[in-house]
Amino acid sequence: MQLTNRAKKLEKKPMTLAERAYLPAIFQGLSITMRHFFMKKATIRYPEETRPFSPVFRGLHVLKRDEQGRERCTACGLCAVACPAEAITMVAGERKKGEEGLYREEKYAVSYEINMLRCIFCGLCEEACPKAAVYLQPDKMAPPRFERDEFIYGKDRLVEPVSPDQRSVRGIQLTPEQADTLRNKMAAQSA
Amino acid sequence: MIELPALGWQSIVIFVVFAVSLLIATYCTYAERVIAAFLQDRVGPDRAGPYGLAQPLADAVKMFTKEEFFPGGANKALFVFGPCLAMITALMSSAVIPFGNNLTFGNNAFFLQGIEVNIGMLWIFGVVSLGVYGVMIGGWASNNKFSLLGAVRAASQNISYELAMGMALIAVLMMSGTLSLREITLQQSVAGEWHFWNIVKQPLGFIIFCVCAFAETNRTPFDLPECETELVGGYHTEYSSMKLGLYLFAEYVNIFVVSAVMSVLYFGGFNFPFQYELRDWFVNSQGWELTSAQNLITILGTLGLFAKIFGFIFFFMWIRWTLPRFRYDQLMRLGWTILIPLAVINILITGGLILFGVIQ
Repeated sequence: MQLTNRAKKLEKKPMTLAERAYLPAIFQGLSITMRHFFMKKATIRYPEETRPFSPVFRGLHVLKRDEQGRERCTACGLCAVACPAEAITMVAGERKKGEEGLYREEKYAVSYEINMLRCIFCGLCEEACPKAAVYLQPDKMAPPRFERDEFIYGKDRLVEPVSPDQRSVRGIQLTPEQADTLRNKMAAQSA
Repeated sequence: MIELPALGWQSIVIFVVFAVSLLIATYCTYAERVIAAFLQDRVGPDRAGPYGLAQPLADAVKMFTKEEFFPGGANKALFVFGPCLAMITALMSSAVIPFGNNLTFGNNAFFLQGIEVNIGMLWIFGVVSLGVYGVMIGGWASNNKFSLLGAVRAASQNISYELAMGMALIAVLMMSGTLSLREITLQQSVAGEWHFWNIVKQPLGFIIFCVCAFAETNRTPFDLPECETELVGGYHTEYSSMKLGLYLFAEYVNIFVVSAVMSVLYFGGFNFPFQYELRDWFVNSQGWELTSAQNLITILGTLGLFAKIFGFIFFFMWIRWTLPRFRYDQLMRLGWTILIPLAVINILITGGLILFGVIQ
């Protein structure tokens, strides 16, 4: 019975002398391996070289600030709803008087946590966000850690760091000493 | 000029050869990994030191610090003796290989060779065939069926291929008329004459010898004694620590020795093309003394011999990462029904050619 017409009839021919001698086949094999010897290597020597990321790569999240250095997130919770892995939790709070320079909207996220072990880096939170606050960075990944709770990223690790220049753009005048302490603090944080 | 007694010079040479063969064996482990990686589009070990050159040191430290394990029911004395014997026999055979022509200082000529004996080739054959005892004893003393199976395979394989190897060699000896490796080397290049290396006169013999050399050193495609996929580790399944290290080391020393023997027998040893022309050019055009020009040629020849050896070692590794292992019956059939008849035919052809004066 024939099910398809793709079946090939195999012929069992007796081997030729060249095939039986085995040496031609050896030289053929040697030439193949020698070609590979001079080929470009697939290895990426990791700490020194890194794999080039695609421009649309979805890596570690960041909570963006606006042009004046205020947090964009308004804790609407749409990202948490959109998240298929239920990795995002947040607690909303009301902005108090005098905090206008810190948060853009009247409601802001008091705490905002993403569990990087649950996250599947699909980018749906980024698409859901109406305030363009959460982004998946194309050049950073969640690094490995020893403890599970270290994978729960809070606002301390998610919010984009603010530069001292942005503060002065915002109209808050910092004395040179204040700018220095802020700069040192940020350097200590990033180190 | 300090006059060295002949024995002193010889012991220095032997010590240097000992050190060099250990060094080469050490770096063979590194070369094997790098070549394997390159043939498989990888880069190999590159973490320890520049280009990973300290990797053999790291491996040695690892080997020395591992647990020394004795399997239950093992014969302890033989268990220790096995790797020692493998290593000793591997190292002993390099003593008679001529690594260079003579260096002349004043009235003293120094051979770059451990021992110049007129039975050099027999010595190598004798010592190399002792090497199978190291494998056999180790495999038997382990009290492990995989080890024993590997050892039995090693013994039968080495015996089978030594026959063909010896017969391939006989054709060379018929032409040279001597067993001394130094004589064989010198005959392959005579001043003022157009002389060819033995590979030109003995292509078939070389192929047989080369195949048997692979089998004798237990390298792929003949690595049945230690095939990981079938026998766990073959004869060294139960070995750990530096005893395992000695077995692996002995294999690389054997490769080095066999490469040296092949270079000497078939590829002109320490001779290189146009050496006499080069010497005469130094004497006539540069105004050098004959002895110093000769010394320079000797040193260049030694480097040339090592280049040939390294070429063969590379070839060994190249083959290893190209060919799959033979099945056991294929191995035996190749040895007994193909290589030995071919070697006999080679002897007949060589005899005929010598009889009719085509080659000498």
